[in-house]
Amino acid sequence: MPDRPMISIENVSRYYGSYRALDDVSLEIGAGEFFSLLGPSGCGKTTLLRSIAGFDVPTAGEIRIDGTPSTLLPANRRPTNMVFQNYAIFPHLDVGENVAYGLKRLKLDAAEERRRVADALDQVRLTGLDRRKANELSGGQRQRVALARALVMRPKVLLLDEPLSALDKKLREQMQVELRSLQKAVGITFILVTHDQYEALALSDRIAVMFGGRIAQVATPKEIYQRPRTRRVADFLGGMNFLQAKLTSERSDSVSVETARFGTIRLERPKGFAPTNGHVTVGIRPERLRLLWDDERAPHELVGRVENRAYFGEVTHLTIGVDGLEQPLSMIETNDYGADDLPLGADIRLAYDPEAFVLLAEEGGSRQ
Amino acid sequence: MLLHRLRLLPFLPVYVAVYFLFLYLPILLLPVFSFNDAATTTLPLAGFTTKWYASLWGNTVLLQAARNSLIVGVCVSLISTILGICAARAITRYRFRGQRPATGLIMASLFLPEIIVAVSLLMIVLQMGLELSLVTVILGQVVFCIPYSMSVLVSGFEGFDRSLEEASYDLGETAIGTFRRVTLPVVAPAIVSSLLVTFTISLDEFILAFFLSGTEPTLPVYIWGQLRFAAKLPGVLALGSLMILASVLLLTAAEVMRRRAERRTQATPAP
Repeated sequence: MPDRPMISIENVSRYYGSYRALDDVSLEIGAGEFFSLLGPSGCGKTTLLRSIAGFDVPTAGEIRIDGTPSTLLPANRRPTNMVFQNYAIFPHLDVGENVAYGLKRLKLDAAEERRRVADALDQVRLTGLDRRKANELSGGQRQRVALARALVMRPKVLLLDEPLSALDKKLREQMQVELRSLQKAVGITFILVTHDQYEALALSDRIAVMFGGRIAQVATPKEIYQRPRTRRVADFLGGMNFLQAKLTSERSDSVSVETARFGTIRLERPKGFAPTNGHVTVGIRPERLRLLWDDERAPHELVGRVENRAYFGEVTHLTIGVDGLEQPLSMIETNDYGADDLPLGADIRLAYDPEAFVLLAEEGGSRQ
Repeated sequence: MLLHRLRLLPFLPVYVAVYFLFLYLPILLLPVFSFNDAATTTLPLAGFTTKWYASLWGNTVLLQAARNSLIVGVCVSLISTILGICAARAITRYRFRGQRPATGLIMASLFLPEIIVAVSLLMIVLQMGLELSLVTVILGQVVFCIPYSMSVLVSGFEGFDRSLEEASYDLGETAIGTFRRVTLPVVAPAIVSSLLVTFTISLDEFILAFFLSGTEPTLPVYIWGQLRFAAKLPGVLALGSLMILASVLLLTAAEVMRRRAERRTQATPAP
């Protein structure tokens, strides 16, 4: 939980007829935080962002911005500014005029306005491009103009609606680094909407994962990746091997489960864990399984055979069939020892760390 | 492949040439004879003169008709563009019940036989006891011009990105300020294009004007009247040449504006 909430969202719902775009969402986002709303399309993340911006009015609930009740405040009177998905650069204005657009309302003296526009352009590394026409800009430049146009208003919160999705991979990765350092430099709250889990993981202080209008989990990137609360969250954030298991014993801080081939595993007990009938799902990330070569030994081993292999350059993805398991295991190996040369059908041994398993709640949006 | 086979058909370019000759030669003859120093349109040409053009200046009836055409053209282009803006905005911006039928019905008047429309409008005007005047011509031509202005405006508004208006609100601007600083400038070329197109159509329109103009003829109606007098023909040719020139200039300007509008609204590349 943040010390001082910049944005408080309390029991916000948004219905379109009988469709629930947002279903009783509560969330606090701290001052100076880089916060991401992550989820598949239609999960409500954009609706939530637009409610914060003032473009959408919730059916129920309250939104406070820096302590001020703002649910019904129009967009032009909120201390928030937005970077739109397609950047929404004004096509009839040049770069400088785009950036100065909002400042015109403030009636600054000309020198002050020029200084702030120049500062904003410096910040996004577009120094000296203020006379450039909107249609002469590359995708990356358009994005920087949109950023500068919003930042020049000195908002308390900057809202970013999938700002990197229109860029190619290389530029996207470069802009991720820049966005992160820009946020550190200006120190204001950034709220990013994205469906790209790597982007959310790389940029955020905290992430809210959303499904079907509800928040499934709010946590730091590391926690959400390593300790996903539900199967769906685990799945959305990357590959995961799911295993059915039987609950054998329960303590206040841990539980033990019995799995088909991995034996008895002791797991940390998640907050609010309540199994319905003795059957639970546990998961382990593919990269936490490791091939054993030659006569290397490990405390926890399993035998299997290579069913499929996909080469990804720096790593190889392997599908390993294990007798007694319903689903083959997927694993990711670096290519240092020749995982990329393993023939299909080869018998292998793999090592795992029982600590790497997580206990996953069944579906249903658990509340924060 | 297809292109290759086309090249093997040598008569195709000939066909195209004949086609264009047929289409444009009569129109090209008009200015040629308008500079011909003879009262009849026969070859060979008699000699070069600008006297037919000069005679236009002294003709007060003609100047009056030109003034009428100008008044009608300006009014028609303004009214049909304003109504077209409303229709185009509704069609491109909102989804509502009966949208498709409404669009269809507005556009359908393009394909109605103009003379039938003119006769029915005349009947209604006379039934209502109105005097035939430039006002009735204007009303009739507005009905006729709205489909044109709407299609020009729809193509200009279609690419208009709503997030531009949202971005403006987001930066603190009011609804009125947003309309003035963003919406209007971005769609302005489409509006100018619609004004030019509808003005041109009104300028050349004959049937509605003929039925609805009463004692105040527009230029095409005046020309029609002059055709009864063989001696007046060269003057009509001169006038016709000027009208063709005006139409071509106006429509070229309209197309330039329409393209600029398209570039503007589509300057934001789709992600």
